[in-house]
Amino acid sequence: MDDHILEMRSITKTFPGVKALEDVSLAVQRGEIHAICGENGAGKSTLMKVLSGVYPAGSYDGEIFFDGRLCTFGGIRDSEHVGIVIIHQELALVPYLSIAENIFLGNERRGAGGLIDWNKANAQAAQLLQSVGLDENPVTPVGQLGVGKQQLVEIAKALSKDVKLLILDEPTAALNDTDSEHLLGLLRQLKERGITSIMISHKLNEITAISDNVTIIRDGKTVETLSLHAGEVTADRIIRGMVGRDLESYYPERESHPGEEVLRVEDWTVKHPTQDRLVVDHASFHVRAGEVVGIAGLMGAGRTELAMSIFGRSYGRDISGRIFMHGNEVRARSVSEAIDRGIAYATEDRKKYGLNLIEDIRRNVSAAALAKLATRGWVNGNEEIKVAEDSRKSMNIKAPSVMSVVGKLSGGNQQKVVLSKWLFTDPDVLILDEPTRGIDVGAKYEIYTIINRLVAAGKAVVVISSELPELLGICDRIYTLSAGRITGEQSVREATQESLMALMTKEREPVG
Amino acid sequence: MTRTVPPQADETPAEPTVAPTAALHTGTSDFRQLISRNLRQSGIYVAFVAIVALFAILTDGTSLSPGNITNIVLQYSYILVLAIGMVIVIIAGHIDLSVGSVVALTGATSAVLVIQQGLPWWVGIIAALAVGLAVGAWQGFWVAYVGIPAFIVTLAGMLLFRGLTLQVLDNISLSPFPPQYQKVASGFLNGLLGGNGYDAFTLLIGVVAVAGYAFSGFRTRLARIRYQQPVESFPLFVARVVAVGLVVMYFAWQLAHARGLPIVLIILAVLIIAYGVITNRSVFGRQVYAIGGNLSAATLSGVKVRAVNFWIFVNMGFLSAVAGVIYSSRSNGAQPAAGNMFELDAIAAAFIGGAAVTGGVGTVVGAMVGGLIMAVMSNGMQLMGVDQSIQSVVKGLVLLLAVAFDVYNKRRAGSSR
Repeated sequence: MDDHILEMRSITKTFPGVKALEDVSLAVQRGEIHAICGENGAGKSTLMKVLSGVYPAGSYDGEIFFDGRLCTFGGIRDSEHVGIVIIHQELALVPYLSIAENIFLGNERRGAGGLIDWNKANAQAAQLLQSVGLDENPVTPVGQLGVGKQQLVEIAKALSKDVKLLILDEPTAALNDTDSEHLLGLLRQLKERGITSIMISHKLNEITAISDNVTIIRDGKTVETLSLHAGEVTADRIIRGMVGRDLESYYPERESHPGEEVLRVEDWTVKHPTQDRLVVDHASFHVRAGEVVGIAGLMGAGRTELAMSIFGRSYGRDISGRIFMHGNEVRARSVSEAIDRGIAYATEDRKKYGLNLIEDIRRNVSAAALAKLATRGWVNGNEEIKVAEDSRKSMNIKAPSVMSVVGKLSGGNQQKVVLSKWLFTDPDVLILDEPTRGIDVGAKYEIYTIINRLVAAGKAVVVISSELPELLGICDRIYTLSAGRITGEQSVREATQESLMALMTKEREPVG
Repeated sequence: MTRTVPPQADETPAEPTVAPTAALHTGTSDFRQLISRNLRQSGIYVAFVAIVALFAILTDGTSLSPGNITNIVLQYSYILVLAIGMVIVIIAGHIDLSVGSVVALTGATSAVLVIQQGLPWWVGIIAALAVGLAVGAWQGFWVAYVGIPAFIVTLAGMLLFRGLTLQVLDNISLSPFPPQYQKVASGFLNGLLGGNGYDAFTLLIGVVAVAGYAFSGFRTRLARIRYQQPVESFPLFVARVVAVGLVVMYFAWQLAHARGLPIVLIILAVLIIAYGVITNRSVFGRQVYAIGGNLSAATLSGVKVRAVNFWIFVNMGFLSAVAGVIYSSRSNGAQPAAGNMFELDAIAAAFIGGAAVTGGVGTVVGAMVGGLIMAVMSNGMQLMGVDQSIQSVVKGLVLLLAVAFDVYNKRRAGSSR
């Protein structure tokens, strides 16, 4: 009975300073749909990258057996050669090439003289499209298709490579209900044809609906593998596996004295910049002075999109809704207007969007409020140094001087520079998007201490985080976000990781 | 939620922590720090000195003769003016391919008004500057507000303004300009204060420049000490002032023994100082660096990216017009093919001077040194009678090596992160 197509035995993968996977084992039976779930950053994607050869053999410890043979993949081509194909969350299609060209990219159908035989390619592509249930002409450019159809093209591409094991990373995250339905149906069909699938997903109802087994990963370790055949395993049971961890992170003590309301957002609705779907759907929330409010949501729930659209409409289109500061409605149509109104937003990805990595601490700290240091357009360089120096001391930024280049600092110190920059704009409300992502425990504690100091000084703070213990440790109230909608609001006293996770995975209730 | 004792907050810093006071007023480590802090910048100065010395040897000192130094200033001034604008464009992450055509168009405008219509010389200058500003606003509009890459906009501009030059000139050359106009590029201030075979006025200006450098350096130093910032040790400060002073006075001495102080050098010096301060100390200048360093971060920090990009190109148009006036004055007329390939010299100067291909890095002074490296090389090879074809090969290789050095440096910095 135990016919394993894939066995991964005690995989350990370390990055400098971080153990991403520790002694992870995974056994997948031939012909099943195997789900993998876990919180953001639990190690799911890393595990799949080990499996598909993105991290080549030798860069990790442990063994991979595929079809009973020990595999040492040197790259993604090797794993594809034996029939393992991974479809990433960000689709890897070339938008300007046709469906057929995409399907056979790197695997071209050659005819006489080594030239591509387009008739053969298009005919084969048409067959593949039929098998995935996509009714499109193979010469249509991929960019003209919606995300759901692009996903099907990816699967067709995998089928063209004689796939035996198909890995899908969050396949339905960007899809609407109909497209998700179709995709899941297709996975069932593939299963009947004998193709094994591994599906990484946050959507627990989908997992319980179509998978045979589910493996839960937490903090880089395998927690358990549950069989879904008996029908006893519920979404709640999976949630317990995902979050049931010991509290190994610590949070500084804070007394909470919320004051007047500072920021209130009503009916905030944002459309995706290119696709026709709502990313934020009539969200309303508020935050008071001296209060830390959390926003919890899984990947793709619209957390960052919500924050960025509020911060001077930096994301999305067709934005509607109202923003109130201190009870008065304000307009914040550009970033500089938002800053003027007292809103600050520290981004999720500090390297890409938060810092000028080739500049020093001094110039990064002053970047958002240069006007405060200038008279008639001329910057007072010495005053600037003083401001940066003050931040360096109060934030405990570990660097030889404020002239140190920010790109060379550690993650925690970079984050302190980001916070310094926003504090120098003297905001009333700070929106911190994943403020402790990628920084170590000690620096996390310092960031929490800084947040506490800010609210003690009467600032309002909104924290967006994937880590539920973190939100429970530092917030007063927590909103949950799922598919762009606020699905709940709980005070930290009543909230538990389980109750939040249930709200975060709550699907839209069927209409009518 | 259980709140417990925090773990040790012992994050290892990426660099060893040094108390800032330890570096205060100490000079020994400063010199090495000065060199190593910005290898990219200091490397350029070293290369410049080496190239000057090389050609001084190869030409038996002719390249450093008073007449030749004057020549270099006159011959390459307009490239340096263009390089000032170009380095700002490049720091912001753009490029401008149209400056050669704009030089031609502005010079032609001036020539038509002054030579053909007989208007006063200063009308020509004002009209040229106005045309330059208009051209800059045109290109700035397309880059900043429509969002077309500068490469395309200015490539179109290169063709467009060359065509307009031919239209304005009706495909013929115009000359000569009245003497006042010619003085812009080939005039000298000489004998204002007398002097036997040397011009006392030029020497005086040299002394004033050195004194100004020393004074402003000293003031900056005092301010930094007041703000408790590390400064170089006093002997090192004096050594730096003396070194710069010697170079400037040698330069002034040589000029004084030739034809005196070129007017164009005064124009150039004013522009270099003004733009040096603008890039360093103005909000605008700092936003240029921010945009080039990380566009997304700048946008999310409230920088009005469009407005900054627009004014960068307006400024480039203005400086192209200044170069156009100088060039038309020097060539004493306007030709349909004027300014051909000037953009490439200006771009090369900026990159050799340490500007980064990816934007965010570069200085006006660096671009000037980069421009001078090209100038000294061209001039030296001309003196030696090297064939034009070889000159082109050498210049091309120098540009390639300079950027390769920059890329190599960056990769090393990246890996040590």
